[in-house]
Amino acid sequence: MERNKTRADNQPSGSHEDPRLESQPGNRDGQQKPAGAQGQTSGASGAQAQSMEVQGLNCFYGGFKAVTDVDMTIRPNKITALIGPSGCGKSTFLRALNRMHEVTRGGRIEGKVLLDGEDIYAPNVDPVQVRRKIGMVFQKPNPFPTMTIYDNVVAGLKLAGSHKKSELDDIVEDKLRQAALWDEVKDKLSAGGTDLSGGQQQRLCIARTLAVEPEVILLDEPASALDPMSSMKIEDAMQDLKKRYTLIIVTHNMQQASRSSDYTGFFYIEAMGEPGQLWEFGETEQIFSNPERQQTEDYVTGKMG
Amino acid sequence: MLNMLSAMLGRTTIVKEARRGNVGDIIYRVLAYAFGLSFLFLTLWIIFELAYQAIPAFQEFGFEFFWSTTWDPVAGQFGALPAIQGTLVTAFIAMALAGPIGIGIAAFLVEIAPRRVDRVVGFLVEMLAAIPSVVYGLWGIFVLAPFLRTYVEPWLIPAVGWLPFFSGPFRGYSVFTASLVLTIMILPTVAAISRNVLRAVPMEQREAMLALGSTRWEMFSQAVLPYAKGGIIGALALALGRAAGETMAVTIIIGNARRIFESVFEQGVTMASIIAANFTDASGALYRPSLFLVGFTLFLITFTINVIARLLIKATSSGPEGGV
Ligand SMILES: Nc1ncnc2c1ncn2[C@@H]1O[C@H](COP(=O)(O)OP(=O)(O)OP(=O)(O)O)[C@@H](O)[C@H]1O
Ligand SMILES: [Mg+2]
Repeated sequence: MERNKTRADNQPSGSHEDPRLESQPGNRDGQQKPAGAQGQTSGASGAQAQSMEVQGLNCFYGGFKAVTDVDMTIRPNKITALIGPSGCGKSTFLRALNRMHEVTRGGRIEGKVLLDGEDIYAPNVDPVQVRRKIGMVFQKPNPFPTMTIYDNVVAGLKLAGSHKKSELDDIVEDKLRQAALWDEVKDKLSAGGTDLSGGQQQRLCIARTLAVEPEVILLDEPASALDPMSSMKIEDAMQDLKKRYTLIIVTHNMQQASRSSDYTGFFYIEAMGEPGQLWEFGETEQIFSNPERQQTEDYVTGKMG
Repeated sequence: MLNMLSAMLGRTTIVKEARRGNVGDIIYRVLAYAFGLSFLFLTLWIIFELAYQAIPAFQEFGFEFFWSTTWDPVAGQFGALPAIQGTLVTAFIAMALAGPIGIGIAAFLVEIAPRRVDRVVGFLVEMLAAIPSVVYGLWGIFVLAPFLRTYVEPWLIPAVGWLPFFSGPFRGYSVFTASLVLTIMILPTVAAISRNVLRAVPMEQREAMLALGSTRWEMFSQAVLPYAKGGIIGALALALGRAAGETMAVTIIIGNARRIFESVFEQGVTMASIIAANFTDASGALYRPSLFLVGFTLFLITFTINVIARLLIKATSSGPEGGV
C-alpha cells in the first residue's frame, strides 16, 4: 500500500528530475540497458537514484561520540567510497544514513541527513520508509537461512504487500541478474539461502536489497570476507548498479576504491577515544593522486594502516 | 572388573606413561568412574524395576489396559484411560496457555525491554521456577480456586458454558484449576528457554530484515521466529513433559476422580496423581502392578518428549540454560 503510493509519487516527479539526472555526466542510463534488464517489470517503474546531503552529523553510542561533524554531498548515480583506518567511524556513519544506527543500543545522532532535500530524521518520518528508500548490504553475508533463495530475494517485497506469482518470478530473475548471480542459481532457486558460497550469499543479499527498489544502496565492506574472484564479481555488479542507483560503499581495499568509485571520503581519527571525522572528501581521482592532507596521502599510499 | 577398570583408566598410553605412579590421580579417576557408572546403573535399575513390577498387570490386561475406563481396585479391574486422558488434557491445556504467554514474555524481554528490565524480570522468571510444586498446589487450592469461583466463574460460565468441554457446574477442585496451576508452573520453563533461544538469534538477522524496510513486528515474525523455531518448539515440548509428569500440585487440586471427564470443570485424575494418591493402599495381586504400569507408561511418554525437546533446543540455543 504505502509502497505503491511511494512509487506513484515517484512517477510524475521522475519527469521533473530527469533534466537534473541528464545533466550529470556519466549517467548512461538512457543509452545503455542494465545487463540483466530482461524482466523490466519493475525496472521501468524502478528506482530513481537520489542525492543525499549530510549536514553537521554527529553519531553517538550512549555518551560516546563516535563520529563528529560530518558534512557530505552524495551525488546520484555515483559510487561514493568511504575509506579510513579501523575504528574511525565509517560503519557508524554509513548506518546513520538509513537510520540503522538507532537500532544499536544507545545509538543516536545529531545533525541532518537529507534524502533529496527531505530530512530522514524529521519527527514525522517513519524509519521503515527511510530504509525502503535507502537499502543496506552488510559486511557479513546474512541471507535468511530458513528461506529459499527465491524467498530471500522477495522477502522485502512481501513486506510491502502481495504480488502476483508471475510478477515475483520476473523480479527474482531481474534482481539476481543485476546482482550477477542468476546464472549460478537459476536451477536451484528453491535451495536454502545459506546453501551458497559466501560470495554467492553476499550477491544474494545484494539482490534482496535491490528487490525493494531502493534509491540509495549502502554497502559496508561487502567483499571483505570474500575471495578475490567473488570480490571482483561484486565490483562488476556495482558498476552496473550505479546506472540506476546511488551507491555508497565502505571499503578497506584501496584498489577497489580507486578503481570503482567516483567520489571518496577519507575518515580519520586523530587520537584514541576521539570521534572520527571526515578528513577529506573529493573526487576519487583527486583523493588518490593529489590529496590535500598529509594523512590522506599516507593512508592511500599504504603508509598508514 | 579390575582389568576393565585399568583398561578404561589407561585409554591413551602417553597419558598413562606421563602419569604413572600418580596415586592421587588414579584414585580420582577410579572414584569418578565409579560414581558415573553407579548413576547409570541406578537409572537402568529404576527403569528395569518399573517394567518388571508392571508385568503382572500387563499379562492380565494387555493393551486393553490403555483403553479401559474402569479403575476399580475392589473388583480388581484396572484401566488407565481416565489417567491418560487427565494427563494429556491438563498438559496440553497448560502448554496451549503457557506457550504463547511464555514466548510473549521472552519476546518482550529480548526484543523490547531495556536491559535492566530484562535482567530483573529474567530473575523473577527463574524464581518462579524455583518454587516447590507442593507450594503451587497449596496456592492453587487456597488462593486460585476461591479466586476463580468468586471472580472468574460468574462471567466464564455464561461465556463458554455452551461449549462441549466447558459444560456443567464449576468446581474449585477440577481439571480446569489443575490446568491453570500447571500453566503457571511451566511458564518459567517456556519463558526462560525461549529467552535463551531468541537471544541466540544473530543480530545480523534482525538487521537484515529491518534494512529491507520491515517494522519491528515483521522483523520478529519473519526473521527472528523462523530462525528460533526449532528451539521454541523444544521449549514447548520440554514444558509439555514437565506438565505431564507434574505430580504434587495436580494431586492436590484435580480431585482424583478416576473416571473419564466430559467437561474441564469436572474432577479427574492424571497418571502421576493416581500413583501419588494410591500407592499406600495398593494391595492385591494387580493393584500395585497396575500402578507400576501407569508409572512405566508415564516414564516412556515424558522421556520421549524430553529427548525430542532437548535435541531441538540444543540445535538452536546458546549460552547457559538459565532457570531450568
Ligand atoms: N555498538 C557499539 N557500541 C559502542 N561503541 C561502538 C559500537 N560500535 C562501534 N563503536 C565504536 O565506534 C567507533 C567507530 O566504530 P565503527 O564500527 O564505525 O568503525 P569502522 O570505521 O567501521 O571500523 P572498521 O573499519 O574496523 O569496520 C569505534 O570506536 C567503536 O569502538
Ligand atoms: Mg566497519
